[in-house]
Amino acid sequence: MANQKVSQDTGDLVLNRISKFYGDFKAVDDLSLTVPDGSFFALLGPSGCGKTTTLRMIAGLEEPSQGTIHIGDTDITTQKPYRRNVNTVFQNYALFPHLTIFENVAFGLRRRGIKDVKTEVDKALALVELGHLAERKPGQLSGGQQQRIAVARAIVNRPEVLLLDEPLGALDLKLRRQMQIELKRIQMEVGITFIHVTHDQEEAMTMADTIAVMNQGKIEQMGSATDLYEAPRTAFVANFLGQCNLIKAKVQSRAGGKAVVTAKGHTFEIPLSRVSTENDSILLGVRPEKLRLDDKGVNSIKDCVVTDRSFVGTSTQYLVRTPWDLELVVFEQNDEGLHDLHVGDKVSLEWDPEHTFGLDGAQDVNAGADLDDEE
Amino acid sequence: MAFLHTATGTSSGPKSGIKSKSWTPYLLLAPGIIWLITFFIFPIISLASTSTMVRPEGAQIGTYVQELRFQNYIDAFQANQEQYVRSFVYAALATILALAIAYPLAYMIAFKSGKYRNILLVLVVAPFFTSFLLRTVAWTQILGDEGPIVSTLKLLPFVDESMRLTSTPFAVVSGLTYNFLPFMTLPLYASLERIDPRTLEASGDLYANAFTTFRKVTVPLSLPGVVAGTLLTFIPAAGDYINAAILGNPNTRMIGNVIESRFFAVVDYPTAAALSFTLMATILILVTLYIRRTKTDELV
Repeated sequence: MANQKVSQDTGDLVLNRISKFYGDFKAVDDLSLTVPDGSFFALLGPSGCGKTTTLRMIAGLEEPSQGTIHIGDTDITTQKPYRRNVNTVFQNYALFPHLTIFENVAFGLRRRGIKDVKTEVDKALALVELGHLAERKPGQLSGGQQQRIAVARAIVNRPEVLLLDEPLGALDLKLRRQMQIELKRIQMEVGITFIHVTHDQEEAMTMADTIAVMNQGKIEQMGSATDLYEAPRTAFVANFLGQCNLIKAKVQSRAGGKAVVTAKGHTFEIPLSRVSTENDSILLGVRPEKLRLDDKGVNSIKDCVVTDRSFVGTSTQYLVRTPWDLELVVFEQNDEGLHDLHVGDKVSLEWDPEHTFGLDGAQDVNAGADLDDEE
Repeated sequence: MAFLHTATGTSSGPKSGIKSKSWTPYLLLAPGIIWLITFFIFPIISLASTSTMVRPEGAQIGTYVQELRFQNYIDAFQANQEQYVRSFVYAALATILALAIAYPLAYMIAFKSGKYRNILLVLVVAPFFTSFLLRTVAWTQILGDEGPIVSTLKLLPFVDESMRLTSTPFAVVSGLTYNFLPFMTLPLYASLERIDPRTLEASGDLYANAFTTFRKVTVPLSLPGVVAGTLLTFIPAAGDYINAAILGNPNTRMIGNVIESRFFAVVDYPTAAALSFTLMATILILVTLYIRRTKTDELV
């Protein structure tokens, strides 16, 4: 009977206006979200943004204060965790220390009374390439191996949704890169919906098809890694994913598919499609690698001064001060076009209008900056 | 022993080539070793030698000579079989009762007590502030004919007027259970408290309901505490004589009472010594079997 429930057609995971309050504190605030069946989805945000609470509500470890959660047509909002067809890879794995690796992986199958435990467990262990460790205890495994067992223990149940709570947080950098690729491969092989919670923007961008950036219990923006990076719609997203230059500016006109804005006497153009606000006070944004040390473009700032320079291998990073004392970050690729400037040199900056975006000017310019290294 | 070897092994100077021994580990162990030799090894040897002694014909009471008479053991055991078996039955009952009371208590303190945890732990050990003897005497009041429990029970229709609780096996087992309860609770608490709550969440996530999670995860992970607690309760309870003396009657005598009266009342040292050794040996065997059986050494 349990078997049939699992093999049933799966559906999209839909969170409908869910909130979670702890006293006066809103951990998750009126959040709605649809995760398509079979996708690799990431919830990205700094610690305390509500991403783990959201995950725990999907797992059934917390109950939403408001709102509903559906998988396909089934309402799972108040279903006990052991009744949901959702499995979790816990932060720090939470393997059962008293059971062998085999029994750890078999745990969920045995609880549901599934017949062919051995075959299923062997298949799951083969998927994470650790079949030879079946008789060991978790304490005898390395962190990376435990991590993969935690994935196998969850996946063997063929859940409709697999939740991963900062699964790579405890691993060192090299192993983390390796596991990112591994998890992506496993997801493609099994085709289960993965929801991955992380505070590491690079991890989210590497693995997920769709990323939802969360901040203070709400989703700031959702989209592919490219969308979020190239066309952020809030200052938080612009700063949290990679580095960003934001300049306060005023809209002078919106016509002919472009907005003309001014900042401290300089005039810049932004395609209207890339302006995400009706407000006339805006933040003009441009990524550091899109800036060029030249003065021919439509959008350019003359009479700037180099205030810092650091060589980081593939590129050289400059800090450049504008005539009105705003510091902008510029990445220049280390190829034949390299300018090789030094601190104190005069330069001009230019960039293409289509690399520019306009955000609502009422936001904090520094929102989301320096948050990604927390925890 | 292992660290003694390493300590002496690594201290051999490579330059001189002469093996210079470090005496530090021995010096650190000395007070403990001297203490054990004086108050454990020496009395044990003396007890062992007493156990095979014989009182010569016509000699004064309390005078014994060594004749290596091992028949003493058989005689002592045969004469006191009943008390001997009773000791282990009472100790086992008290251990089971203590486990049944202490497990929910320790579970509650470990997982549900929140900010009251430390207060509750202090309350668990609070009885130790009063003497063991006094606490047992207090139980004669609690279980006494005029005490609250008996008079309450007598209100029930099916309870006989002549009912009493003191001087019964019930009183002795209750006293044993009560007196050794902290020894059960503390190790249980220690092992329950060490369980990562996320493993319990993981069990729920993997289709186990609360009861299955308790059976398959909580209990196995708390097994070291169960083993430690049952040993700390069973071993002293089996040799105890205060509870049987104060709360029991002549028909609830335990082996401890026999040994005590042989030593101090009858002045029959060889029988008392032989009984003590038999008790020790039986406990050792039972404990070894128990630990083997529960395979606690494989845990953690």
